[in-house]
Amino acid sequence: MGAVAQGALRARPAAGPSGLRRAEARAGWAFIAPWAVGCLVFTAVPMVTSLYLSFTEYDVLRPPRPVGLENYRDMLVDPRLRLALWNSFFYTALYVPLSVALALGLALLLERVTRAAGFFRTAFYVPSLTPTVAVGALFLWVLNPSVGILNRALALFGVDGPGWTTDPAWIKPGLVVMSLWSLGGTIVILYAALKNVPRDLYEAARIEGASGWAEFRHVTLPMISGAVFFVLIVNTIAALQVFDEVYTMYFGQMDSGAGSSAALFYVVYLFRQAFEFLNMGYASAMAWLLFVVILVITLVQLRVSRRWVYYEGR
Amino acid sequence: MDRHADDHEKGARVRRPLAALLLAASLGLATAQQMEASGALRVLGFGVPDEIASVRVERFEELYPDVELQLTEGAIDQQQLLTAIASGNPPEVVYLNRDDLSTYARRGALQPLDQCVEQAGIDMGQFRPAAVQPVTLDGTVYGVPEFNNIVLLIVNTAALEEAGMSLEDLDTSDWDAIARFNEQLTAVDGGNVTRFGFDPKLPEFFPLWVRANGGQLVSDDGRTALLDSPEAVEALEFAVGLHEAAGGRGPFIAFRDTWDFFGANNQVAANQVGAWPMEQWYVNVLVESSPDAPVAFAPFRDRRGNVLSFATGSAWAIPTGAANPDAACAFMAAMTHQDTWYAAAQERARLRAESGTTYTGTYTGNLAADERIFGELVQPSGNEAFDRGVEVILEVQDAAFSIPANPAGAEVRQAWTDAVNRVLNGEQSAAEALAQAQQEAQSALDEAWER
Repeated sequence: MGAVAQGALRARPAAGPSGLRRAEARAGWAFIAPWAVGCLVFTAVPMVTSLYLSFTEYDVLRPPRPVGLENYRDMLVDPRLRLALWNSFFYTALYVPLSVALALGLALLLERVTRAAGFFRTAFYVPSLTPTVAVGALFLWVLNPSVGILNRALALFGVDGPGWTTDPAWIKPGLVVMSLWSLGGTIVILYAALKNVPRDLYEAARIEGASGWAEFRHVTLPMISGAVFFVLIVNTIAALQVFDEVYTMYFGQMDSGAGSSAALFYVVYLFRQAFEFLNMGYASAMAWLLFVVILVITLVQLRVSRRWVYYEGR
Repeated sequence: MDRHADDHEKGARVRRPLAALLLAASLGLATAQQMEASGALRVLGFGVPDEIASVRVERFEELYPDVELQLTEGAIDQQQLLTAIASGNPPEVVYLNRDDLSTYARRGALQPLDQCVEQAGIDMGQFRPAAVQPVTLDGTVYGVPEFNNIVLLIVNTAALEEAGMSLEDLDTSDWDAIARFNEQLTAVDGGNVTRFGFDPKLPEFFPLWVRANGGQLVSDDGRTALLDSPEAVEALEFAVGLHEAAGGRGPFIAFRDTWDFFGANNQVAANQVGAWPMEQWYVNVLVESSPDAPVAFAPFRDRRGNVLSFATGSAWAIPTGAANPDAACAFMAAMTHQDTWYAAAQERARLRAESGTTYTGTYTGNLAADERIFGELVQPSGNEAFDRGVEVILEVQDAAFSIPANPAGAEVRQAWTDAVNRVLNGEQSAAEALAQAQQEAQSALDEAWER
């Protein structure tokens, strides 16, 4: 080793481990800087701004005027807001369990398919690539009570299909049916989780004489519970924020009136307050209420998950 | 700038208006209205999908060669407009629905046009009264109107014949007669509706039914909602009741969604509806898609027997803070001038003649332009039904009303639309729904006027 190198080695301890950590920290920040800046500019600043706007009356065209808690007080007595919340909860309560159950069923089927597995994986995923507005327009036809293929299919079994798009009582179930068409993402996540379940666990269960159901209940479900929990959380958040398809189906034109109450979901109402009535302050307050609602639901789900979600290695 | 360049610039400043004046004279435009305009002119919400738009734009460009026109195609994007105004970089001109204009005007987003009207010599008296009312807020003009979409009655004569009736039997001033007509012509086969007798076109034509019954939705000064008046409640009960013959709103919507609205097998050609009030543009759809369809046109009448129609349309306006208001004013004046309209209509008539189709006229909202277009360009086609349609449209133009300008246009519209839908969906009675709508609309109006 030369004198220079020896000198360098002697010099390094002078910088010390803290110097190295500082250098690594700087490099770390440099690497995450693009994301951090994006998060700050496109998420944090708008969030703080919308929190401020929620305490103002603001129509974009004139400067915001502080009104204290007025927007939040108005929300308490707004019957449409209550209706919109109810519609969103109803849809979420119906859609989330169904979507997880159906996606899990399809993922289990996919796992068993050996021939043309790639084709089926693609076929299940492709619908979720369809633009949401197109899905809305398409399902106006699919769900049409007179000529839609769903009711025609039901008629083959002697079932008189309901007015999916015309009867207020069936509009939300109809929207759930539409949403179930785009389960690709959920299926992929659950399918990946199923693939990661160690095979030896199944072998051990079979040796012990476990039935198919017992295998599923005591091996598969616990092992994929983390993934199931993840899709439950994500689908709940997405369901509470559903907008595009609903707006396309029932609010894109004036006379699609059957859904004016039944399909008035929370984000649809928020959008109308903001961009049709120019009540940006009120819409911001609505956005924060939704944020709090989602936060509470997620915290409850996290709490409950301790009882049934199994994390390997813990 | 050196002296030569300066002289050149001055000369150009003198020559350009002169040249434009000469061009204007040659084009037939009133020379006194020629303005001095140059620079960039951004227009939001207006495209050139057809000759009626493109010819007028070309005329403007010929008149004002120093103006650099930039059109943002497609219908106005409210978010785009709001963002542009909020960022202090609004377009010079916006093209929007007349019903939405007063909402922006009251919030100070649009400039009053008194000065522009005077400078450009825009004769507001030339426009149809129903077109001027929605662009005039508190006595101040905020927009220059164009197009006047009115409502007339479209009747399926095959269905009439089938029921042994004639056009005279359908008297819309007699609501009992409408109900009988509806009952008689509605056909249900195996639980499915196969023909709707009389479609009241709810919720969009609720204002027409209320007016026909002697009421109105908003007071003339735009300050008071009148949604729960006895006239409105009665009108809603009657119009909603027309759905009962077909089993209610649900079966009707399901049936209507299957219509080939713009095709050759549309609801008239396919004998799927008896009669319904409709905007006049649909006459053009019928003449092009199914010229031989068994159709007749008649004016809608109020309960006193007077001809009545409901008008909607577009308007030009200048946002507050627009960088080039002179060019904007010149543009609006040129686009709505009777000579510009005439030139556009002339081109459409030529193209229609070339393709062997009927030109049924362009309804500009400008009375002087309409008189010239229908006096000189629209010729009887030989198709008696459509020629009568044109006559009816002209006849009802001046009997049309519009919803008075008010600063809560969107909220008021939403309030009555939702109320009508709640009744159609069986969620509330007409009186309950309109009482709720009245409260919502009045609250929105009060807030908007207070701001």
